[in-house]
Amino acid sequence: MTIRHHLSDQLLMSYAAGDLPEAFNLVVATHVSLCDDCRAQLAAFEVVGGAVLDRCDMAAMGDESLTACFARIDSLPNTPVRARKPARRNGLFPAPLADYVGGDLDRVKWRSVGAGVRQAILPTGKGASARLLHIPAGQAVPDHGHRGMELTLVLQGAFRDDSDRFGPGDVEIADQATEHTPVAEAGMDCICLAATDAPLRFNGLIPRLAQPFFRI
Amino acid sequence: MQASDDMTDWAGLMARVRDHQDRAAFAALFRHFAPRVKSFLMKSGADATLAEECAQDVMATLWHKAHLFDPSRASVATWIFTIARNRRIDALRKARRPEPEELDWGPEAEPDGADLFESRQETTRLGAALAQLPDKQRALIERAYFGDLSHGELAAETGLPLGTIKSRIRLALEKLRQQMS
Repeated sequence: MTIRHHLSDQLLMSYAAGDLPEAFNLVVATHVSLCDDCRAQLAAFEVVGGAVLDRCDMAAMGDESLTACFARIDSLPNTPVRARKPARRNGLFPAPLADYVGGDLDRVKWRSVGAGVRQAILPTGKGASARLLHIPAGQAVPDHGHRGMELTLVLQGAFRDDSDRFGPGDVEIADQATEHTPVAEAGMDCICLAATDAPLRFNGLIPRLAQPFFRI
Repeated sequence: MQASDDMTDWAGLMARVRDHQDRAAFAALFRHFAPRVKSFLMKSGADATLAEECAQDVMATLWHKAHLFDPSRASVATWIFTIARNRRIDALRKARRPEPEELDWGPEAEPDGADLFESRQETTRLGAALAQLPDKQRALIERAYFGDLSHGELAAETGLPLGTIKSRIRLALEKLRQQMS
């Protein structure tokens, strides 16, 4: 997988710092699972976190805090916490995404949103929403702009818009200024993970009417 | 308070906790890091009582997860930061935090001495670089890590020398991919 479109430093730093809404965290964790470059940059931002922690002044702990901490340690069974198992990816979805779907592609509960496009909203906390998109090969996603920030990570196939091509692993970062018409490439249906911190607005009349029903 | 520039071998103390459940080694780690974790959490908006509770949790996690700490990949400070960050997200934001897939680093290799030294040095060097930033810029970065900034408020350029850290980790990942294929 050759990834050409990466996460921005702002997003990686915010993820390292723990400042992003859950839906964006999901896109970052999924992209980093696919991209060693962003994984390395993320690790660098975690080192910044270590340095920030190390520079913190010392807030005095209670007198008996160490004793209390040992009591806490002793009260828990001393079975070592197991490492999360390294993923052996057989399907399409990296582990963090598979966790949200409850499995791979065959477990996604798609709903049609018209023009052959299907989506599945994933359960995430407040601040932003995440969904999977299935766009038939050669099909245009209705022209839309964005009120907030939108991250779109390609998992299968590819899409093009006026400026560029986005293939598997690529992430597009769109904001208010982005007004575009992405088109899925011919040959293979395009499957994306998208997260936004505002509802999308479509420029066509019918999709706009449909918006409240479908949460797109 | 200055960054700890004494040469205490935190990774060595972690190894003693891991291999011998050494309580004296743990106490030394606790005395250095627990007050900093508490301070970190208070800057993140926790009151003193909650911050103290969570700092104890974080340190107890350090004990229980000692075998997962890999000193060639991260310094003790960096590792504790990630535990404290996750505790904060849990306690203050009550949100889930999806994590990237774990990589299979293979059977526990003897940590490379050079890498081990590097990861410790990187934290120290970054601490020094942070100290040298203009106050306003440093405050912005610190606020981000205290969970006090949204991604929109972050500056694109941190002014910190992150390139060498990234390169070292990138190289380790490449080596790993070669071994796996």
